[in-house]
Amino acid sequence: MTTNTSNRVAEIFTRYEQPILEDWLREQLAALTARQDLISEAELRRQSAELLALFIPACRAGNFTDISSPEWKAVLAFLSNVSRSRALQGFSPSETATVVFSLKQPLFSRLRQELSTNVDTTLADELWNATVLLDKLGLYTTEVFQKSREEIIKRQQEEMLELSTPVIKLWEGVLAVPLVGMLDSVRTRLVMENILQSIISTGSSMAIIDITGVPNVDTQVSQHLLNTVLAAKLMGAQCIISGIRPEIALAMVHLGVEFGDVVTKATLADALAYAFLKIGIVVTTTAPH
Amino acid sequence: MDQIPINKVGDFLLVSLQVDMDDHQALLLQNDLTNQVVKTHAKGVLIDVSSVDIVDSFIGRMLGNMASITRVLGANSVVVGMQPAVAITIVELGLSLATIQTALNVDKGMALLQALVNKATNEGRYERLEK
Repeated sequence: MTTNTSNRVAEIFTRYEQPILEDWLREQLAALTARQDLISEAELRRQSAELLALFIPACRAGNFTDISSPEWKAVLAFLSNVSRSRALQGFSPSETATVVFSLKQPLFSRLRQELSTNVDTTLADELWNATVLLDKLGLYTTEVFQKSREEIIKRQQEEMLELSTPVIKLWEGVLAVPLVGMLDSVRTRLVMENILQSIISTGSSMAIIDITGVPNVDTQVSQHLLNTVLAAKLMGAQCIISGIRPEIALAMVHLGVEFGDVVTKATLADALAYAFLKIGIVVTTTAPH
Repeated sequence: MDQIPINKVGDFLLVSLQVDMDDHQALLLQNDLTNQVVKTHAKGVLIDVSSVDIVDSFIGRMLGNMASITRVLGANSVVVGMQPAVAITIVELGLSLATIQTALNVDKGMALLQALVNKATNEGRYERLEK
């Protein structure tokens, strides 16, 4: 039964490939009227024709219920490419799924034409099989769309991490790391690696971690900071933590957060003065030039 | 099995860990170093770990041990050139190496060692003077 049905669908596709493609394109263009700035008709035609060319042999193989089987592999690969590029171009998920769903209308009308004269096969069965298949493919495009969106978000998060942890050379032998935003373990890890790497590359023996831009400091954040300071010490550099705002200082004391024997200063200026003292630099004031 | 060389530089001993040590080599080095400190009357030990990429808890603890041993023998020790990844690992292993002195490179390590030795000598002199 299934084989019979699928062959019939494949037959219809083969016989009416060109008209189906035209109808399908019309459907897609109608659904995408507002989006013609994002994809040209020629591009859409190329995509659709290519998809149909992959779709027909897969139909002929006759497995309509399981799209994970090998004969659908090429179709799925093509669909994921299309969804991915649409996600990047800024299409919505439903517009992406329309690629597949709009194939229903042309296919069903051909099926109806063909089978109304044929009494031994029920039209309902044919339609059901075709619907199941197209729904699965449509859902697949949505899934891929979602996945590529998530990839984009993840990449942007990573880029933001990179942006938010600069290491600045304040003086020969003195580094500063202004931290802005929440510190979670992933970010702290990155900050830690950045600081330590810069200590090596610049040969600095003092590093100032400024936490003015960190909205709150809890036990976990302080643990992270402490680990960074300890690691720097193992490498032979001293860390100073600066930029502790009054409310943060209060909260830290209430929470019982301890920085141990790590040097902490209220402002970056204080920290720099301390660093100068440590490495033996004297700053004097003279008459302004 | 390769033995890790211990070089005498002035009043100091220089241990350069050029390979990732296994546990056996680490123990050998510990014994060797103890004997050398006694034999050469070294005032300080410089341990260069800049070529070490991998540490485990054993090697980490051994670094701490070597520092403690030299101190017991009346010498100072400085660990120099630790790689970031190694430092992070040691911290995350929770090894408290709070007692060891560190420096960025051999040059700064030597200067630190000299300063420590000078300080110790001066203190000794004051003690004698006070008596």
